[in-house]
Amino acid sequence: MEYVLIFISAIFVNNIVLAQFLGICPFLGVSKKISTGVGMTGAVTFVMVIATIVTYLVQKFVLDPFDVAYLQTISFILVIAALVQLVEIILKKVSPPLYQALGVFLPLITTNCAILGVAIMTIQKDLNLLQAVAFSTATAIGFGLALIIFAGIREQLDLVDLPKGMKGTPIALLVAGILALAFMGFAGLV
Amino acid sequence: MNKLSIFTKGFFKENAVFTLLLGMCPTLGVTSSAINGLGMGLATTFVLIMSNIVVSLVKDVIPDKVRIPAFIVIIASFVTVVELLMQAYVPALFESLGLFIPLIVVNCIVLGRAEAFASKNNVFYSFLDGAGMGLGFAMALTMLGAIREFLGSGKMFDLVIFPEQYGMLVFVLAPGAFIALGYLIAVINKLKKA
Repeated sequence: MEYVLIFISAIFVNNIVLAQFLGICPFLGVSKKISTGVGMTGAVTFVMVIATIVTYLVQKFVLDPFDVAYLQTISFILVIAALVQLVEIILKKVSPPLYQALGVFLPLITTNCAILGVAIMTIQKDLNLLQAVAFSTATAIGFGLALIIFAGIREQLDLVDLPKGMKGTPIALLVAGILALAFMGFAGLV
Repeated sequence: MNKLSIFTKGFFKENAVFTLLLGMCPTLGVTSSAINGLGMGLATTFVLIMSNIVVSLVKDVIPDKVRIPAFIVIIASFVTVVELLMQAYVPALFESLGLFIPLIVVNCIVLGRAEAFASKNNVFYSFLDGAGMGLGFAMALTMLGAIREFLGSGKMFDLVIFPEQYGMLVFVLAPGAFIALGYLIAVINKLKKA
């Protein structure tokens, strides 16, 4: 039950993009087509779960015992940057088709604040390792859900006749706003 | 490019938020009031200026291949400095900005300026560029924060302008951030073309 709640809360109620404003750059940047949205979601899920596990272990076995919690920001971002490189190298060697699908998105992920954000939130919420895995998976699914819905709407938006100033980013932001409004309907679910 | 234009380009021509669409997460996340927007903007400005200065000082020492990780370490150090300073001197603001302070590390503007400007220019120019870009970012955040605060709760910088019950609450909440920024960018696009 506890894990079901973590999932519902992270996917719908506290959706990472629409309620917490993390990962907006890829949300606006790669949402022009559904297919790229799906690729990005795959890459984010993959890296987010691994990064959360690794940063969790770093926090518990390095930062806490040595009492250097103030190094959290630096060490986490380094771990994530190194991890993304590592994942890229391993994928290239082990699974070329997966690398083909996710490869372009991997370098972008280092600067995706959702990854660092989830890593820090996991520590702040004081979750245990299994909860952390559930939380990061659910958050990534929430990210994917928002991204794919948004990409679907944006594909249709290309066909709409808009005032000049509204084209591109402004209308995309308005759509995101309405989407966020819809997601607010989930508030109070958990 | 003269000194003045290096400084002023961050405000309009290359404004990080309105034109380049960088740093969207803090822009949307912390601007529920003008004060929060200003605080976040100034914290980012500090990191931007300091990291630009240090990057331009060490640019000849760092091998080209490891420059991005090196820049990230420099930026992360200054973010930690800001984090600790804010926690000590402005705890209320630190609380309300929360997660977004450590996330200055992954703000694309900071790394973007280090890579695009500071790694190619001298210290003084890099300082000007960081200050201009940072203050332009702070200006955008304050504007958005003021608009949201005014529409949402009838206040501006905590000064009451009209009673709170007439405010549109949605502008203080998440959807209002997207909608307000959408219209703001639309207006600026329009002004730029005219």
